[in-house]
Amino acid sequence: MTRSVIEICAGLATGEFSSVEITQDYLARIALHNPALNCFISVTGELALEQARQADAVRAAGNAGALTGVPIAHKDLFCTDGVRTSCGSRILDNFIAPYDATVIEQFNQGGTVMLGKTNMDEFAMGSSNENSYYGSVANPWNLKHVPGGSSGGSAAAVAAGLAPAATGTDTGGSIRQPAAFCGVTGIKPTYGRVSRYGMIAFASSLDQGGPFARSAEDCALLLQTMAKFDPRDSTSSEQAVPDYSAGLGQGIEGLKIGLPKEYFADGLDSRIAGVIETAIDELRKLGAEIKEISLPNTGLSIPTYYVVAMAECSSNLSRFDGVRFGHRCEKPVDLEDLYKRSRGEGFGAEVKRRILIGTYALSAGYYDAYYLKAQQLRRMIKDDFQSAFDSVDLILGPTTPEVAFEIGAKTDDPVSMYLQDIYTISLNLAGLPGMSLPVGFVDGLPVGMQLIGNYFDEAGLLAAAHSYQQVSDWHLQTPGLTS
Amino acid sequence: MSDWESVIGLEIHAQLATVSKIFSGASTAFGADPNTQACAVDLGMPGVLPVLNREAVSMAIRFGVAIDAQIDRHSVFARKNYFYPDLPKGYQISQFELPIVGKGHISVSPGEGEHKEIGITRAHLEEDAGKSIHDQFPEQSGIDLNRAGTPLLEIVSEPDMRSAKEAVAYARKIHSLVRYLEICDGNMQEGSFRCDANVSVRRKGEQELGTRAELKNINSFRFLERAINFEIERQVDLIEDGGRVVQETRLYDAERDETRSMRSKEEANDYRYFPDPDLLPVTVSDEDIAQIRAGLPELPEQKKQRYIDELKLSDYNAELLTGNRDTALFFEATLAESPELSAQLVNWILGDLAGALNKAGLEISDSPIKPAMLTQLVARIADNTISGKIAKEVFDAMWQGEGSADDVIEARGLKQITDSGAIETLIDEVIAANPEQVEQFRAGKEKVLGFFVGQVMKQSQGKANPGQVNAILRDKLK
Amino acid sequence: MTLKSEDIRNIAHLARLHIDEDAIDDYVDDLSNILSLVDQMNQIDSSSVAPLSNPLDATQRLRADEVTETNQRDKFQQIAPDVADGFYRVPKVIE
Repeated sequence: MTRSVIEICAGLATGEFSSVEITQDYLARIALHNPALNCFISVTGELALEQARQADAVRAAGNAGALTGVPIAHKDLFCTDGVRTSCGSRILDNFIAPYDATVIEQFNQGGTVMLGKTNMDEFAMGSSNENSYYGSVANPWNLKHVPGGSSGGSAAAVAAGLAPAATGTDTGGSIRQPAAFCGVTGIKPTYGRVSRYGMIAFASSLDQGGPFARSAEDCALLLQTMAKFDPRDSTSSEQAVPDYSAGLGQGIEGLKIGLPKEYFADGLDSRIAGVIETAIDELRKLGAEIKEISLPNTGLSIPTYYVVAMAECSSNLSRFDGVRFGHRCEKPVDLEDLYKRSRGEGFGAEVKRRILIGTYALSAGYYDAYYLKAQQLRRMIKDDFQSAFDSVDLILGPTTPEVAFEIGAKTDDPVSMYLQDIYTISLNLAGLPGMSLPVGFVDGLPVGMQLIGNYFDEAGLLAAAHSYQQVSDWHLQTPGLTS
Repeated sequence: MSDWESVIGLEIHAQLATVSKIFSGASTAFGADPNTQACAVDLGMPGVLPVLNREAVSMAIRFGVAIDAQIDRHSVFARKNYFYPDLPKGYQISQFELPIVGKGHISVSPGEGEHKEIGITRAHLEEDAGKSIHDQFPEQSGIDLNRAGTPLLEIVSEPDMRSAKEAVAYARKIHSLVRYLEICDGNMQEGSFRCDANVSVRRKGEQELGTRAELKNINSFRFLERAINFEIERQVDLIEDGGRVVQETRLYDAERDETRSMRSKEEANDYRYFPDPDLLPVTVSDEDIAQIRAGLPELPEQKKQRYIDELKLSDYNAELLTGNRDTALFFEATLAESPELSAQLVNWILGDLAGALNKAGLEISDSPIKPAMLTQLVARIADNTISGKIAKEVFDAMWQGEGSADDVIEARGLKQITDSGAIETLIDEVIAANPEQVEQFRAGKEKVLGFFVGQVMKQSQGKANPGQVNAILRDKLK
Repeated sequence: MTLKSEDIRNIAHLARLHIDEDAIDDYVDDLSNILSLVDQMNQIDSSSVAPLSNPLDATQRLRADEVTETNQRDKFQQIAPDVADGFYRVPKVIE
């Protein structure tokens, strides 16, 4: 069961199998492996079969679109009408979303089949999926290791073949880092490319949805469905969406690829550096021109990111107050008690830490030192990328400084966990698109390579990744799950 | 008291008259069942996002242009963070550092012949909160979020006012202006137009401002005046007794006619303003502003000047007529057919009509006497159909719903007697009945003439033309 | 930057978060460490840089003033913890 989306589309088109049949296969596989992997918070079997039946009927009537009948899993942060949308949090454990996110609407219109909602770090805050109210997710390559986060359930589900594709969101690396840890392909589009409407916000100016799949080719298909101007999102871009699949074949001959020296400095596992260098050689063979560049403010991206993200989240999460939806504490004695206990019981430790820091950073007397300062550095970080893109077409580096670590290894030290995001978060600050694709293994665990593109150049990223995947088979490797 | 000076600034919240909310497509209509006009965005559901209403922006600019303010070409929405059950997201989307309307000013007239320029610091767009209902349930408060997300223009004045009277004049002026601009319905009972007053006192001659109290919950101009006067007195008494004014929010209690401290909100708030990342900067072009300026209706100041120049009205009357948009509209409607009667129409509108409306507690827009009816009445005096005295009777009958002036004159037979033969007959009767008075008059007692006029009018039930009566009487009595 | 337990209590109150008294010390340590990380921002002088609050240099789009939403109270209130007569309910608010 390691079919790609493209293969499933072909099988459905030729009638090799129906959507109901392939959906049943995936549901069976989820039933078998999810207990050990914990990729899913909710499995929506009945709904999936209903959608599959409809998809088969649409196909029989000759009205099938590109993805009609293809099963997919959605991160449990996209609101799904009538289906629990927990965001990995106790505070939304009882939250049946009353509407569909735009992304979900687009997939539904495209006729895809929702298998279920995937596990994630609570409110997308984490790099290991250990911050989920529903427990950690196991990395399919080694069950003792984390899958990365925050979209850990989605990445692990695709890696383990529990879904051919899944949606995720990326605020500081939450698509790219778990894609790297689990050996799958994932893309975070340009900020504004995919609608945020119905995507439960962590940090509004950084959040962006995107797909996970087994290849760049599959990601192109999925992104085609996700990327669209949405009048309900004021930050959604009206820029025209190109045909991503059609652009895959453009090759990388003559492409200028920059390697930021800061991404290959201290802190990077030398074995990962070796794997990345091998991949770079492949790209050179394909005709890419490789040159060193500098992104001098890379080191500042972590503190900058955490101030911006925590400030925004402290405000975004105020709506979870036990009044209109979500968890409410037992027998509140007064309003303040209602707020404090509902939120105190509903949020986990990491979410509380971030709300507290964010509240502090915005409070009277500290705003300039923290929030304003971070916004200034944010511009400097963006400017670094802009000058880099004056001389290169793409930027390349490792996605993470280490491969997937063991569950529990970093839980006592939030700061060391934050440092995992060093190569990914500056893109979110700048709003640039990036993707991660598998390029090898270290200690039997996948290594991800990150490609960074200029604004709205998702097509360029996908084409470069596709070129590499035409001459490599890392993305075709599958973990040896028992049975 | 006379040693003291009060310093007053007002914060006015005007609900903008859009049909949908500032950040969502839910209706803003007043009075719906609780929470039936609160959509996912208004409820702050997880994942929802705001999109700004074009009309709200345009209305704010209209106001800015009318007060001669600078319109910021680049304004920013910020989040004001605090927890309250009627604030669904835990923050209010407002404007902080870069409001859409900057400094402006307006001229007010606190009394006859008085003029004062009041500075307006800024006016910014924000969303209204919902309502907490405390008397519906014994142990709980009920939350109705229909109002949440209604667009507000918060208009902040400079502390330029020195008395409750000036504050009321300013508030009325802004009220009138937003109605002229058709950006707010001005309904204070429904909360469409709300005034908060910042009040402090200082000894005359002092430069520094005293500590201020913010007065809330004022829903009429009368209460605004009372609340401020109460507060000034409270602060002066407090300081004269050796106490100190503390900075706080005080609620006006109309029943007791007093202000009292709002303890639940006493804690120092730290609103943690920051730019709302769900919204982008709003840009306004010179063309946008020019277009809005070109589309402005005639504003009160312009109208007033036109009344003075073209209709030769007094400054005071022109001010009274233009102070309320509906009064001006009423006046102009009466004027349409009989522009030559403007002076009389003004007297009727500002005199009898204003008195009757005031007594009945009605707005001029709800007057039972419509403009055309008043015009007809005044025309009938002018063409001598009725006397001024009879006109009062006709006015009262019209007020009671007996129809138009002509209807009333006809039905009650009030038409003036101008037939000199008929008048002569009446006069002859009166002269014959009062020989004693005739003697007195002829002996040179001029005052007796009044007696005869009175008797003749009485006999004619007021319908005889008084001028004619006078002339004929003089003639006959000689 | 080192926080004190009193700071934690104040911020927790502002954020309306209940925090167990015996967990305060852990928060003091964790938050102080995070703030030390954050203080690295001060390595660089950015006083002349204009702040950037949104990655794209775009301006706000405006929507037409039209009512597009219908009453969905029943659906929305199905997921509410306490409603009656169409109202959301909270412990009595004293003003």
